[in-house]
Amino acid sequence: MTVNVNGKAEEKAVEPRTLLIHFLREELNLTGAHIGCETSHCGACTVDIDGQSVKSCTHLAVQCDGGEVLTVEGLANKGVLHAVQEGFYKEHGLQCGFCTPGMLMRAYRFLQENPNPSEEEIRHGMAGNLCRCTGYQNIVKAVQYAAKKLQEPVAA
Amino acid sequence: MNAPVPNAEARELALAGMGASRLRKEDARFIQGKGNYVDDIKMAGMLHMDIVRSPIAHGRIVKINKEAALAIPGVHAVLTADDLKPLKLHWMPTLAGDVAAVLADQKVHFQMQEVAIVIADDRYIAADAVEAVEVEYEELPVVLDPYAALAPDAPVLREDLAGKTEGAHGKREHHNHIFTWDAGDKSAADAAFDNAEVKVSQHMHYPRVHPCPLETCGCVASFDPIKGELTTFITSQAPHVVRTVVSMLSGIPESKVRIVSPDIGGGFGNKVGIYPGYVCAIVASIVLGRPVKWVEDRIENISSTAFARDYHMDGEIAATADGKITGLRVNVVADHGAFDACADPTKFPAGLFHICSGSYDIPAAYASVKGVYTNKAPGGVAYRCSFRVTEAVYLVERMVDVLAQKLGMDKAEIREKNFIKKEQFPYTSAFGFEYDSGDYHTALKKVLDAVDYPALRAEQAAKRADPNSPTLMGIGLVTFTEVVGAGPSKICDILGVGMFDSCEIRIHPTGSALARMGTITQGQGHQTTYAQIIATELGIPSEVIQVEEGDTSTAPYGLGTYGSRSTPVAGAAIAMAARKIHAKARKIAAHMLEVNENDLDWEVDRFKVKGDDSKFKTMTEVAWQAYHQAPPGMEPGLEAVHYYDPPNFTFPFGIYLCVVDIDRGTGETKIRRFYALDDCGTRINPMIIEGQIHGGLTEGFAVAMGQQMPFDAQGNLLGNTLMDYFLPTFVETPHWETDHTVTPSPHHPIGAKGVAESPHVGSIPTFTSAMVDAFAHLGMTHMDMPHNAFRVWKQLKAHGMNL
Repeated sequence: MTVNVNGKAEEKAVEPRTLLIHFLREELNLTGAHIGCETSHCGACTVDIDGQSVKSCTHLAVQCDGGEVLTVEGLANKGVLHAVQEGFYKEHGLQCGFCTPGMLMRAYRFLQENPNPSEEEIRHGMAGNLCRCTGYQNIVKAVQYAAKKLQEPVAA
Repeated sequence: MNAPVPNAEARELALAGMGASRLRKEDARFIQGKGNYVDDIKMAGMLHMDIVRSPIAHGRIVKINKEAALAIPGVHAVLTADDLKPLKLHWMPTLAGDVAAVLADQKVHFQMQEVAIVIADDRYIAADAVEAVEVEYEELPVVLDPYAALAPDAPVLREDLAGKTEGAHGKREHHNHIFTWDAGDKSAADAAFDNAEVKVSQHMHYPRVHPCPLETCGCVASFDPIKGELTTFITSQAPHVVRTVVSMLSGIPESKVRIVSPDIGGGFGNKVGIYPGYVCAIVASIVLGRPVKWVEDRIENISSTAFARDYHMDGEIAATADGKITGLRVNVVADHGAFDACADPTKFPAGLFHICSGSYDIPAAYASVKGVYTNKAPGGVAYRCSFRVTEAVYLVERMVDVLAQKLGMDKAEIREKNFIKKEQFPYTSAFGFEYDSGDYHTALKKVLDAVDYPALRAEQAAKRADPNSPTLMGIGLVTFTEVVGAGPSKICDILGVGMFDSCEIRIHPTGSALARMGTITQGQGHQTTYAQIIATELGIPSEVIQVEEGDTSTAPYGLGTYGSRSTPVAGAAIAMAARKIHAKARKIAAHMLEVNENDLDWEVDRFKVKGDDSKFKTMTEVAWQAYHQAPPGMEPGLEAVHYYDPPNFTFPFGIYLCVVDIDRGTGETKIRRFYALDDCGTRINPMIIEGQIHGGLTEGFAVAMGQQMPFDAQGNLLGNTLMDYFLPTFVETPHWETDHTVTPSPHHPIGAKGVAESPHVGSIPTFTSAMVDAFAHLGMTHMDMPHNAFRVWKQLKAHGMNL
């Protein structure tokens, strides 16, 4: 299969049953996305495929053939953190950090779907990602921070 | 010209020491996908292990056929208890003085028990091989109810203990009995009841739940047969204890065993114990001479690693007619599952449950806890609490509410009347705890004022008077006292190792520092907060202080992170180690300034000559001097290590209030408001404290409102995936309001008490208090958790309140 991951073309032979999360973690050494539940419930494995949030623990690698995959490792641009990364740091939106890559990838996509969300919309839009440490409140603040930052005019 | 010296206040700010909401140092790696969790670890030649588990809860193993599994290309070995027997590793000691099967030896005792392991080239082949191992069972009667387990004709669950009348904690009265443990003064408590004007009693069940950290358990074991060295990366909250146990089990000298806890994806007590999977991966690596990885899946995690709670409790309170509590009696039957693997300090088989007199001045109290074997998974842990404080607080808070209802008193008023008063501290409880400090009255007043309690009660009265109100409104109020910081080694040990903790600090010549700790963070932010303590103690900016922990080859011995002991015990070790360095630095500064050390004052980051502000040496200058030219006769260098054995526990407390609205049509509950006031003594990093409180409240919400581990009559666990087991999402999790008071611990070097477990301990009874309060006017005194919509709807129907 061929797939573009974080802007880099990859060509690999994979067993048809290989899950995307295992392909990313074990073939490409992209260990940012994590496995928490194997039933699509916790969202720790969330990555972005062709403009959509996907739970990679229940997605076959071959389903991405010819596609574009973005993982947490590709979120910062040339060493500059993405607004959602900055938001999670500034608003204390993480503790153990295990769910964080999935949260970030969902927040990244969610804010493109809804650039100016209310708190309720954030809570619904992020509900596919579970966290056991933060109580969510600070993650909501982190997403609000990123929404605001993304709407700031880009300096010329 | 020299730059002007910033004033002391500005310099203090620059240190980002205690009290600063310093942003977390550890976040940079986590937000860029550079965390290093156990499953991220790869080693050359690494194999993968998977476990064959029992589909039934109780049965004899008739035959195990490995042939088909071994025939699969890529499978290296299939091992059973018979293979582990020659190594004497088929059974292992538990942290509670019992033994547990590493792999089932002749019979299985619970569903999902480990029966065999397979080791293969990758995890897919290992999973195929697990399916191919054929195990034939002869089913035996299943015992799930702990009361039934104690019936005279109940089946013998632990045949390996047949005939043993003495257990690790005293006499065994029955073949399924583990221990009976009691505390307090029975005759004094009985006398209080004999003379009581008012008596109330209540039975309650605290259901079995699972801590469910998002990262499951796992390890990568690597034995080097040439060097005879074993390195194991492991999801452990207590790496040093694991090293000791692994050495004792394997016979490899402790100096040749290295245990590393890398980044840990949440612990909550679930990662304190030593599980068969860890032992099996280590054995497999020793047998095969190659690194072996084992990472469990979610079903295995919920089914077989340490559950929490499962206490069947009977509480009784004796009181005067005007509501002064005179006596407390408690009787508990505790379902410990198939092996007694609770992680408790050895001398307290029922943990610190005997803190169950709570925040109240109760003159006479007695508690008895009976541990019982059943066909359920072992390993009851103190889930986000210090050794069963959660159960204790739940019990006493429920009982005080029941008493208030019986007397027609307000729940705030009865608490105020029975609180230990500020001037009574240090206070010795009827169970023998010496509470260090507390100010419950001030905290209660602050909460009641903040929420306008009289207005809430008035609103509730109006709703109760309105037959058409679509909702029932309940107000929960709880005060709790935690006992954390385990603990003093004279009364607390695990496997005979005292529960001290440790810190080693090295100051480098250029004035930066490295601190190594016996604890291990699972999200608590140790790298950030520990550095803040050193910054304040030594006047070095926290930014240049590196904190390391979790690697037994470099860190000093410590008992690890659980029971909210990091700040109370390790935090104290840091302060004490820093003070040793401070004392040496003072001598060096005195030498440099050519004065007597008594003529120096310490100010933020420097020693100043008394009466002359222009003469001083900063800690950075002292550090250079210590390595460049130490005073004559003084050993060069600037470092110290301290093993802190606390003189006592610490006793953080809090007051929580919750308002619920219950839909009379559906039984669904809306948490309208949750106000949490915590007092954890000195606050090191307010931002992190608040984050910890949010997390603890959310886990408390999950336990109270939705979690349980239900079993069917055959012992099948109904609900061992996240499809069934309730972990709250963004949507149902309430908004949290936090507040605090500060009552430092008088015996702790920096006055800090620990906080992360308080919100879990305190919130669970608060939710129940609110739920019951919604029905209190109908005469209901108690309702067991979880308060999910179906169960609440049934209550509504039973009271004719259903719309």
